[in-house]
Amino acid sequence: MPQVIHVAGIRKTYGRVIAVDEVTLTVEEGEIFGLIGPNGAGKTTTLECIEGLRTPDRGTISVLGLDPVADAYALQNRIGVQLQEAQLQKRIKVWEAVDLWASLYRTPIDGNHLLQQLGLADKRNAWFMTLSGGQKQRLFIALALINDPEVVFLDELTTGLDPQARRAIWDLVRGIRARGKTVFMTTHLMEEAERLCDRVAIIDHGRTVDIDTPSRLVSRHCPERAVVVTTRSNTDDDAFSRIPRVTSVTRADGEVTIRGEGDDLVANVIECLSERRIRVTDFRTDVPTLEDVFLKLTGHSIRD
Amino acid sequence: MLRGLWTLTWLEIKIFVREPLGLIGTVGVPVLAFVIVGRVLGAGSAQPDSPIRGFVTVGFPVFVSILIAISAVLSLVTIISIYREGGILKRLRATPLRPYTILGAHVLVKLLLSAGTLLLMVAAGRRYYPADVHAPMISFTVALLLTTSSVLSIGFLIASVIPTARFAQPIGAAILYPMLGLSGLFSPLSSLPPSSDASRTSLMRCIVAEPFRLSLFLTWVWRIVCVE
Repeated sequence: MPQVIHVAGIRKTYGRVIAVDEVTLTVEEGEIFGLIGPNGAGKTTTLECIEGLRTPDRGTISVLGLDPVADAYALQNRIGVQLQEAQLQKRIKVWEAVDLWASLYRTPIDGNHLLQQLGLADKRNAWFMTLSGGQKQRLFIALALINDPEVVFLDELTTGLDPQARRAIWDLVRGIRARGKTVFMTTHLMEEAERLCDRVAIIDHGRTVDIDTPSRLVSRHCPERAVVVTTRSNTDDDAFSRIPRVTSVTRADGEVTIRGEGDDLVANVIECLSERRIRVTDFRTDVPTLEDVFLKLTGHSIRD
Repeated sequence: MLRGLWTLTWLEIKIFVREPLGLIGTVGVPVLAFVIVGRVLGAGSAQPDSPIRGFVTVGFPVFVSILIAISAVLSLVTIISIYREGGILKRLRATPLRPYTILGAHVLVKLLLSAGTLLLMVAAGRRYYPADVHAPMISFTVALLLTTSSVLSIGFLIASVIPTARFAQPIGAAILYPMLGLSGLFSPLSSLPPSSDASRTSLMRCIVAEPFRLSLFLTWVWRIVCVE
């Protein structure tokens, strides 16, 4: 796939604070790329450098073959931007905001159709200040899409939203990708990154720690997973130990915890239980997540 | 080049009108004060030797003109600082909208509101004041554009340096009101104490007081239109 964003060794400092330090990454056409890390890790600064809103102290950035600072106005016609914590005028109506944004671009798409697609058609005459958090974010998505952009930037899109609104926004983001757009997003929510992103870059203290698909990051850094089986039968723990790539079997309070590596672990444990006709009263898996990967790579939780 | 200017200007007018307090303060109060004083003192000042004639024909129009200018500047400072603090300017910066288009739209809004306010006052002046109306509309319009633009430039300057919107009104007032005293609007410069000479000849005078001298010009033109 062709690359649409290329970032090489950018650095951005504010006084003595190094916000972004030698960040290098590439984003391919049509993917959802996530920049993940805790608050203050440098995600937004990196994103705003790529959008052309900030000028990096050093390093190079190319978006759709353009320099975001030197070619700012040419680039702004081809990208859509949603900013973290940005607001609109309190008493601007939804349709007025869409109409204003549409007036700024050469070839805007139909604003009414967009509002309909985003579930805001019945709110088109509502003032911005009367919208819920989820509706505001949907409006910001509408504004980011009004110029039919090739790349859409979304900064902490679902922060502060309830789970239902968050899932609705995730569906919208998937819809953007389905239209062939490239999405570059930041989030500190690991579940969001795992569910939405094709690839993620983990960033901490301004530095990229690793970049890959969520599943490959998990496989690479936290390959061990566990199957926990609850049973009243006397089981032969040695049988579990003989399952390929099992690393440990422990028993406590009627629960047998089988730890091992590889995607086949769960299937092999089920097969083992079935062969020995062991009656199981509970069965659960403990699969590592991006949060575990982050903890392992950075030495601290993303919530610290 | 000016893509979005008219849409933004019209939008900002609509948003301003939706803020009742802002509209009352900017348009309602000056016009209402003008009407009330005109009704109370207008007839009494008709005599050439009336002791209040000077106040009605000169002092009060100056006061109301300044009220309009101060109101426009403080309103602009507040709006721009709220936009800056709330990330609205940053959000607009991520679009092809040019910064001068945003500033231009706000200047246009204030110009139109000032013009609207003055038109209402002209109408009130015709009705309540002993005016022999002459209307040099071209020079009046030029004066209006010049003075409002120059006064608004102070507003942009203040809005660009104040830390938060909470400080917009007090800092704006702290800068603007002393300017009135220095500019010679209310009393001849020759009657001011010698210590104020340094201030008038300083950079402050160049940057700050001169727009108010222009306001004095506006007042003079306005007085020709409405009162004399």
